[in-house]
Amino acid sequence: MAQEYRIVLANAGKIDPASLDDYLNAGGYKSLEKVRTMSAKELIDLVRSSKLRGRGGAGFNAGMKWGFVPETAPETYVVCNLDEGEPGTYKDRTIVEADPHLLLEGMAICAHAIRSKQGYIYCRGEYPFVVDHLNRAIEQAKQSGQLGDFNIEVRMGGGAYVCGEETALIESIEGHRGEPRFKPPFPGVAGLWGKPTVVNNVETFANLPAIVKNGSEWFASIGSPNYPGTKVFTLTGDVVNRRPFEVPTNTTIRELIFDLGGGIPNGKAFKAVQIGGTSGAFIPEHLLDTPLDFDSMRDAGITLGTGAVFVMDETRDMVDVVTRIAKFFEHESCGKCNPCREGTFRSYELMKKIKTGQATPSDVENLSTLSKVMTKACLCGLGQAAPTPILTTLEHFSDDYKRRLLAAIS
Amino acid sequence: MTNSIGELEKDSRCIFVIGSNPTDNHPVIGMKIKKNVLYNGAKLIVADARYTDLASIADVYLPHLPGSDVALLNAMMNVIIAEGLADQAFIEENTEGYEEMAKVVSSYTPEYAETITGVPADDIRKAARLYAQSGPAAICYAMGLTQHSTGTDNVKSVCNLAMLTGNLGRPGTGVDPLRGQNNVQGACDMGGLPNVYTGYQAVTNEAARAKFEEAWQVKLPDQNGLTLTETINKAHHGDIKALFVLGENPMMSDPDLHHVEAALKHLDFLVVEDIFLTETAQLADVVLPGACFAEKDGTFSNTERRVQRVRKAASAPGQARPDWEILCDLATRMGYPMSYASSEEIFKEITSLTPSYAGMTYARLEGKGLQWPCPTIEHPGTPYLHKDGKFSRGKGAFSAIEYKPPFELPDEEYPIVLTTGRSLFHYHTGTMTRRCQALDEHVPEAKLEVHPELADKLSIIEGERVRLSTRRGSIEITAHVTERIVPNVVFMPFHFTEAAANWLTQSDLLDPVAKIPEYKVSAARIEKL
Amino acid sequence: MIRLTINGREVEAPRGSTLLQACQLNGIEIPTLCYDPDLRLAGSCRMCIVECKNRPLFLASCVAPAEEGMVIETHSDQIMQARRVILELLAARHDFSCQTCDKNGDCTFQDYCYEYGIKESSFEDGGRRIYTVDDPNPFLERDYNKCIMCTRCVRACEEITVARAINVENRGHHSKIAVAFDGYLEDSPCVFCGQCVMVCPTGALTSKVSAGQGRAFEVDRVLTTCTYCGTGCTLELNVKDDRVVGVSSNREEEWSPVNKGALCVKGRFGWDFINSPDRLTTPLIKENGEFREASWDEALDLVAQRLQEVKDQHGPDSLAMFTSARVTNEENYLAQKFTRAVLGTNNVDHCARL
Repeated sequence: MAQEYRIVLANAGKIDPASLDDYLNAGGYKSLEKVRTMSAKELIDLVRSSKLRGRGGAGFNAGMKWGFVPETAPETYVVCNLDEGEPGTYKDRTIVEADPHLLLEGMAICAHAIRSKQGYIYCRGEYPFVVDHLNRAIEQAKQSGQLGDFNIEVRMGGGAYVCGEETALIESIEGHRGEPRFKPPFPGVAGLWGKPTVVNNVETFANLPAIVKNGSEWFASIGSPNYPGTKVFTLTGDVVNRRPFEVPTNTTIRELIFDLGGGIPNGKAFKAVQIGGTSGAFIPEHLLDTPLDFDSMRDAGITLGTGAVFVMDETRDMVDVVTRIAKFFEHESCGKCNPCREGTFRSYELMKKIKTGQATPSDVENLSTLSKVMTKACLCGLGQAAPTPILTTLEHFSDDYKRRLLAAIS
Repeated sequence: MTNSIGELEKDSRCIFVIGSNPTDNHPVIGMKIKKNVLYNGAKLIVADARYTDLASIADVYLPHLPGSDVALLNAMMNVIIAEGLADQAFIEENTEGYEEMAKVVSSYTPEYAETITGVPADDIRKAARLYAQSGPAAICYAMGLTQHSTGTDNVKSVCNLAMLTGNLGRPGTGVDPLRGQNNVQGACDMGGLPNVYTGYQAVTNEAARAKFEEAWQVKLPDQNGLTLTETINKAHHGDIKALFVLGENPMMSDPDLHHVEAALKHLDFLVVEDIFLTETAQLADVVLPGACFAEKDGTFSNTERRVQRVRKAASAPGQARPDWEILCDLATRMGYPMSYASSEEIFKEITSLTPSYAGMTYARLEGKGLQWPCPTIEHPGTPYLHKDGKFSRGKGAFSAIEYKPPFELPDEEYPIVLTTGRSLFHYHTGTMTRRCQALDEHVPEAKLEVHPELADKLSIIEGERVRLSTRRGSIEITAHVTERIVPNVVFMPFHFTEAAANWLTQSDLLDPVAKIPEYKVSAARIEKL
Repeated sequence: MIRLTINGREVEAPRGSTLLQACQLNGIEIPTLCYDPDLRLAGSCRMCIVECKNRPLFLASCVAPAEEGMVIETHSDQIMQARRVILELLAARHDFSCQTCDKNGDCTFQDYCYEYGIKESSFEDGGRRIYTVDDPNPFLERDYNKCIMCTRCVRACEEITVARAINVENRGHHSKIAVAFDGYLEDSPCVFCGQCVMVCPTGALTSKVSAGQGRAFEVDRVLTTCTYCGTGCTLELNVKDDRVVGVSSNREEEWSPVNKGALCVKGRFGWDFINSPDRLTTPLIKENGEFREASWDEALDLVAQRLQEVKDQHGPDSLAMFTSARVTNEENYLAQKFTRAVLGTNNVDHCARL
């Protein structure tokens, strides 16, 4: 029977999130004190050897990312991505609501590694209460001197999904249209205001105090060897326990849904699960034993993404769901690059055509070709991942499509 | 320009724009300055009674009253000297007359200048420091500096400022007059002036005259001739009897049009060669139809001394002919045979008589053209003058200059200062642009810029027709209420024959040296209609 | 120099080159729409994508650095298919009205559709947005039914003219180029320089002044120097049937040293005075206060005779010449030569001070 294992949610429900004293009593800010005795290089080596990988979706080794910041850079920034725009994802909010100082401590640890004096938290526009909550925590930490000369400012997004993409997020902080930049240069070299910048997800930062406290070997030994530690998943959809779970990364999808999630309600049968957010793959029954680590998932053609777990029972029609998703991307495409701007619009158009029974097989083929081009030709992750639901449902749930096409013919 | 236009885009670290509105009058230069300032970190100082587009992005904006340029510039130099920001090495090695200049400047404290210019003393200090301390600094000026009774003094003052800080002879530095017309530089270079032959060889210089007499095979007059404004005055008096006007429109462009009209009507004979029946041509006895720039070959010299090709694209309409052909024909009829196969042949004669153009040929002008001086056929041309502080006269001379007020100060009867200039959408006397459908549709009439405070005082509202008068006359014009001008000054463009600004300007008192009229300061009065 | 393999051929490129530059240096043509060597890179049209071995994604060659040892395919089946899809997507938002377009024959988008065989789009289920074309300014036609959202106009406005009048409005497929609040250019900081027309790769931005008067393949372009202010910008007069029908500009510094193709509203849109019906076409002689047409012989004989009479009666200094800051150097030279050598006076000047 799979069990929760709490690192980033260790204090959740145990301390008063509004109380700095509670956090300190739970051992808070001790890790930050410890890193101040370490050199930047030692710290980066520690994080690198812990094999902590970014929890925002791309799964890049955090220590390596920090290592890209030039040692001589006079001005650097730490940016926390709390945009959390993926529908069905609420892990970052959960962490911050339960334990805001954990994030601040994690950011300050990163700041030590890249010699930064200024951090930004880019907070989702729909989370105004989280902004207040964070500002209170920042004020406490500043007043008590915990953060030293490191400043943190909270910036609020305007509700654009694409601003969860790190370069679009940077553009947004700078006051521009939320549009991604081409890479390279990566933010580690030229990020916010052209200065070297580390952008990490809330969950990534929140792992740092524990890694510093317990050592990299401890962390590397938890869960899957290539993607160690825990991952917070948020369960939604046709599942009994719709709440966040923090589990070791060697937990399988099946364990997460059936052991922790309590399975499908009302005696219905499982049909599909979409993992990682709106742009995640639709996973059929036969892939449920894949462990929830980045590499195993990738090998199965799935992206781990943000940790959203959207369960669908046998009554759900994939064409309906994917049409809705296509509408979402049509709405959220920023419009910068051609294949995404026009492609998301045409994908939605074709999905509507299929859904309403007006599509021919050549329309499906057209949709499939367009989707494949988008995955390789789009400028940023939004456009590259937007076709994933279409492509994976075409692969695993083609009957749902064929049924609609037949209707068109008869 | 001592330097090149391109340097304003990248090399200059500070640009001081005084009496010039490049965004409207030299748009492509304006673009380069803006680019340098906004994207390349160059500092910008703008001194102008109008809050121009460049003023809106300036680090320091100095809204000095029209005609107070010398006081402003002297005060900037006062600050530079007092704060030890002068380039002593440059002054010692390359200049003379510093002491006299410094003595005069010493009394122009920023506080004193504030009383003359209306610019806060601290802003003058800020501007002086910025200009002296930013690295290579260029001064751009135009008619806003020169069209004054003290125009020559104003220009000498900006030269003083540049020499004082060693801002000459390097890329990005310089004293850059932005010249207003496509070939005004060329007309000067070619000796279209009463005192010099081509390349500024003085008509009073024996050797120069002998050279031209030899080349042209004719005895030449040895006294300086009359300037344009003097010619009009002499025509008025009856001393000038006949006038040949080649592509000029004094009935729009010259000061005090009542006076010009009377003078031209007083002539025994007026011949006008032009592409349109201009206001001036209408007064002519004979009008000759010329070809426009698109219909002939030749060269223009731009404000950075770059000689570039003009190429024939289409035939001239009807019987219109290129001006050079007409001139040859006329000279021949007057007993002096002139004949050239092409404009290139004329250019060869020019280069043979003009040291600064000597190295140029049409073949060499292909592509990027050449900037004079270009003395030999191998010479690459000269992007900036006074390299390493070398001046043509040996040492650069400082001039000690006291502020003198404009001739016509506001008084009870005419309490407002009228200043004139151009609009982005029209050109000079409007002869061409008023006949461009789109330009004239977009800006069909002159508007008088009036500050809201003044408008309030006079109970004038936006778009209202008003009468604008000076001692010379009055016109009716539409008011445009805008904060882009200082309160007691009004501005109007001079392109529009329906409300020609030059009915109002004065021609009696000119700059004593350059004979330039004081277009930028006339005492005026506004009345409601 | 670095070494890489492009289309099976080992080539060299300077360190720091982009893949596009590396290809261009080695004579390999890559299609581009948003790329403009004088403007900030956008990397957004994705036409210049190439395949790189061991990279999961296509690389936009205009922004991808060329690296040692890369193995690149620029025209593989996959890439060609992707480019066709991209063109079809653009074709679906473009009105394809080439027959009546001023840019017919001078349109990068048209060229690529031709080259990649895009005759129609497979994505056209009524999804094309119809934009009204109603900007009242007299200079620029803005037809966003032909816009492919390359944003070159936005960048040219921001980086060349520094007017910053236009930007992208809305998001996704609904995005379009607009001034603030989607108003008219006249109410924006636009200075009508037409740099946007210069960089537009389609017929979305054209000159109203030249509309319908001649397409690229019908006109000769004659390089010359602008007749307005003293900046000395180089421009090209477009000539059809011995008549100037428009102005374009050459962006090569080698041919346009002062302005690199940038012009102002007068230079780009103020050329039609050349064809004005008001042009003087014949010499005129005034008789009894009225002008009458005259032959050149008659007019010039009269001028010669009258000038000679005045000179003989009142001396040469009773004559004067105003030469012009608008005519050529050669003509100014002859004007002062005529004044000094023929009239015999130094009374020659022009409006340098006015």
